[in-house]
Parts: sequence; structure tokens; C-alpha cells
Amino acid sequence: MTSPVQALSKSLTVNDNPYMKPMEWLSLALLAALILIVLPLLLDGFRLNLVGKYLTYAFVALGLVICWGYAGILSLGQGVFFGLGGYCMAMYLKLEASSPENTKIQSTPGIPDFMDWNQITSLPWFWKPFNSLPLTLILVVAVPVVFALVISAAMFKRRVGGTYFAIITQAIAAILTILIVGQQGYTGGINGITDLRTLHGWDIRTDSAHNILYFVNAGLLIGCILIAQYVKRSKLGRILVAMRDKEDRVRFSGYSVAGFKVFAFCLAAAFAAIGGAMFTLQVGFMSPSFVGIVPSIEMVIYAAVGGRLSLFGAVWGTLLVNWAKTSFSESFPDLWLFGLGALFIAVVLAFPNGLAGIWREQIEPRLTRRIGSLRAPDPAIAPHSAPAE
Amino acid sequence: MNASLLPNVLMGAEPAKDPAAAPDFLLAVDALTVSFDGFKAVNDVSFYVDPNEIRVIIGPNGAGKTTVLDLICGRTRASAGSIKYKGQELTKLTESAIVQAGVGRKFQTPSIYDDLTVFENLEISFPRGRSVWGALTFKRDAEVRDRIHEIAETIFLKDQLKARAEFLSHGQKQWLEIGMLLIQDPELLMLDEPVAGMSVGERIKTAELLNQIIVGRSVLVIEHDMKFVEDIAHRVTVLHQGKVLSEGSMERVKNDPKVIEVYLGH
Repeated sequence: MTSPVQALSKSLTVNDNPYMKPMEWLSLALLAALILIVLPLLLDGFRLNLVGKYLTYAFVALGLVICWGYAGILSLGQGVFFGLGGYCMAMYLKLEASSPENTKIQSTPGIPDFMDWNQITSLPWFWKPFNSLPLTLILVVAVPVVFALVISAAMFKRRVGGTYFAIITQAIAAILTILIVGQQGYTGGINGITDLRTLHGWDIRTDSAHNILYFVNAGLLIGCILIAQYVKRSKLGRILVAMRDKEDRVRFSGYSVAGFKVFAFCLAAAFAAIGGAMFTLQVGFMSPSFVGIVPSIEMVIYAAVGGRLSLFGAVWGTLLVNWAKTSFSESFPDLWLFGLGALFIAVVLAFPNGLAGIWREQIEPRLTRRIGSLRAPDPAIAPHSAPAE
Repeated sequence: MNASLLPNVLMGAEPAKDPAAAPDFLLAVDALTVSFDGFKAVNDVSFYVDPNEIRVIIGPNGAGKTTVLDLICGRTRASAGSIKYKGQELTKLTESAIVQAGVGRKFQTPSIYDDLTVFENLEISFPRGRSVWGALTFKRDAEVRDRIHEIAETIFLKDQLKARAEFLSHGQKQWLEIGMLLIQDPELLMLDEPVAGMSVGERIKTAELLNQIIVGRSVLVIEHDMKFVEDIAHRVTVLHQGKVLSEGSMERVKNDPKVIEVYLGH
């Protein structure tokens, strides 16, 4: 056996699989400090709200790390789940904004304005559950997850995977966009669901509401990171890595591979849905432009730039790309999409593990050398190299 | 009248006792056939493996040896025939159900998880927490640890537990995969060319390893190395062009003129 491996093979300590390694605690602390302390102190209300919007995309990127990075399932349709979560929240807010007093000038008061414009005279059945806030909060996650479950179970049981799966998810994103745009009377059409005002009587349009929602969003994001971290370091996380590498071997170790893939996909859908709901609350509307192919692919780029194997990297990647997008497209609006495409190609060709890969290969070793007292992470375990794709 | 008819009826109905129904075989492969677009890769193959038997399947390239293993473990679906394992029909079960019934399979090229450590490779194969929920709540307790250490010792990898599997040598990868099977504790172990590509030293160690792990289980081995086959086989089945050409002890098979002609002769 080669000597470095021998040097590393220490006897197993009692806790060889801690919830987080020291470096992961450090990453979490850095991220939490940035989004909970530094940014709120530095930015004005408008900019902070903008960061809050970016962070809602980070939920999607986080889900993609589990689904794409770990389980190897590339989904080009995460906008679907982001959108469904966002629409569920928007439907509740819209119903609250469409009280009979607010809408008494309509021919049918008490229903959303766009329904009235489309000659619909009573609330459609699928809008009715969104009169209740508790039910809405459940449906925000349940609707996208059940949808993800149906799609993924149908495909993974038939062993549809890889590129085919990616193409099908993309098709679903296109179909859902067309459906939303086409059914204007039920969905608000191309404009989406707009003019949202209050959440259970609390005005979400004020600066203080924006502030509070920013922190709720940041807290939820950290909560989702902690859940993803739990999944990642559980045996299930290692099975996902094993499956990405040798699906057959996992099957012949007695596991039903489809079940694990469905789980990863549904978890990613749940994260995306929470992000979508928080987007609606912070930005104040939801529209089909966040459901389709372009946003879905952009979200994959966030995860790729951040590093598709790093939960924290996904958040950094999302923030960085969106910051670049905002500053770049303010000056050169026409060039932004080319810039984004070039960025994606550059990342895939030069840094397949994204920012997190650069951090792990360049910065972390120097950092650990400097902080000699910190136990060096075992390089034989730590970096999961990306599969060649 | 009835009394005189009865034995005749019984004898007429079942002229020869169906051997697959006999409970004393661990594995009964009966009239197994699979055809790929009309080409019969395995054609009417029958053989029976006893408990605690080491059976070696030999045969020239393309004889259908690996396909037989694929059929038993559910990777390929049979066109006709039956595979009974402890009286249970396997041809209808999913791959994971077959593994859970007690059949383990080692692939021809080492099939291990390169991105995981040796310890994690063995842990995934530990037969507990195989459902999604079970895997999420799986605890690396003393039982798991002890078993992994025990297996690692058996497969000569106890000093490599923390190493990533991709850094292992070819022979060590083969042993790791054997270890991953052992930890499942299968009653029927199927090995596809376990010593292919190994050095002489590794080969001797593998033979020693196999002799150690066969206790209490049946083993079905595909192998080309005749010296190795002679060392381990209780009985040998020779396949040729998808059919059983000969079967019996190594001594008998070696002297079978048909076998000499198609396989051993050159």
C-alpha cells in the first residue's frame, strides 16, 4: 500500500462520523455571520431585500447539491417546485387581498381581480384550501413534494435516469409555464399573481416587514442547511454517493435504488418550495417567469458555481452569481446572459467543483497548516471528487 | 378399485420427481433459458447446488457463465425456466429482494465505491437500514463497528479502513468486494472470476480467504484459472455455447473427452 494512505490510517476514534467536521462548523459560522450580521448592518433596506430574494434561490441550489451533487440526478426543472411553492403562498396572500371590501368594484366581489377580468364568477375548487393559513403552510411544501414524488417515482421505477431525466424535467418546466400562462382566469396568466398585501393581517409591504421576512428567510435557509447536513452525513448520504458511482452495486447490496433517488429528488423539491414561498413573501408577487426553463437552468448554474458537492458553496455561489447579475445587468443588460453562459462553461471546464473546490484545494490546506491546533481533516475522506460527466 | 388405481394415477401424473421441488438443494436451476433477440445465450441449463458446496462454473469465452449469474441475481430476466433458492422462485423477484433473500454477487471487475472509504464501503453493505428511513436513522453502533473490523481483518484490509477505496490495489479492491458480500452474510455467494488479474501472492491469499469464508454457505464461482479451480471446487459444471457440457468432480470433468475437445484441450 502507498505510504500516504498508511500514514492516514489511524485507529478509529469513538466519534468518527460527527454531525459536522471542524471546517464545516467554520463554514456555517462564516455564512451565518454574513447573512445574519454583516449584510443587515451594511446594506440599506432595498439592497437587503434584494439579498433576501437571492437567498430564496439558495434554497433551490441547496436542494440541487443533494439531488445533483450527491445523488447524481440532474434536474433542469427545479423552477417548477420553486414556482409551485411560491404560487401556493401567493394564492393565500391573494385571497386575503381580495376581501369583499377590497374588491367591491368588481362584478363578483371577493374573488381575485384577474378572475373577475376573465369572467369567472366563483372561486375555483383548488383555490379554496388557500383560505386557511395553516393549510397553506402545509400545501406550500406538500404540493411540490407530491408532484415531485409522482414524477420521480414514475421515472426511477422504470430506471429512466441521467440525460433523459434532465430532459423530462425541463419539459415539465416548459409545460407548467405554458399551463400557467394559458389559464389566465385561474392563475393570473403571464402577469402572475400580483398586488399581494397582507399575511394574516400583517402588512408585508412595509420596511419593517421586509426586515423581519429577511431574517425569517435567513433562519429557514440555515435550518435547511442543517437538515441537508444531517442527510449528507447519514448513511443515506453515503448511499447517494455510492449510487452516483455504482448504481448496480448498491442494488446488489440489497437496496431499492429508486426509493433513494425519489427521496433525494423530493427533498430538493421541498427546499425549492420553501424558497419559492419566501420569494413570494419578500418580493410581493409570483409569476411564470420563475417557473420555466431559463430560471431552472440559472439555478443549476448557481449550484455549479458554488460547488455542487458543497452545501455552503451553493449559498455562496447563489449570492455571487446574483450579485454579479445585478451589477452587470445594470450596466450591460444585453450581455448578461452571455456572461452567465460563459461563467457556466468556465466553471465546468476549469473548476468542476466550483468555489467550494477552490476553497478546499487552495485555501483550506493553508488555513489548517496555519491553525496547527485544529485537527487536520483527513484528505483521504474529505474531498469527494466529482464524477466525470 | 380405487386402491389399485391410485398408485398408477400418481405415477402417471409425476413420472419423474421434479428435482427443483426437492428441498435439500440450496439452489435449483431448472431448464433455464434466456434469449437476446433470438440468440440463446443460456439454453436449457439445469444444475443443482447443495448447501455448503463450492461449485465452479468453467467454460470457454461466450459460454454464458456470467449470464447464468446475472439470471440468478436478477440482473437479467429469464425467458424460460426456473431458479429456486431454498424453494423460493427468484425469477420474479427484484434484485434487492434477491439479495435480501440471501444471495450475494461479486462482479467480474471490482465493483466498489471509489469515493467512499473502505469502512464506508463495508458499512453500506451491512444488512441493516436498507429502507430510506432505515438509512436516515442508521446508527454506527458497536455491533456495526465490530463486524466491520472483523470483516476487514478477514479480507486483509484492517489497516486501510480509513483509506478511500480508489487508492487500493486491484487485488485489494477484489478483496474489498468479497468483504462487502461477506458482511451481508449470504447463504449463497456468487463470485465472478475472483482471482482474475491478481498476482501470484494475491491469488494464494484469495484461495485462503475463500476457504475461510465458505463455512456455512454455498459458493458459486466462475473461474478460468484451472489450478485455482482444482484447489477449491467440490464439483465443476462446464458450460459450452449456453448449454451444460459436463458436470461432476474436477477429476471426472478433466477426463471427459467432450470437455477436452472444446475447452481444456488447447
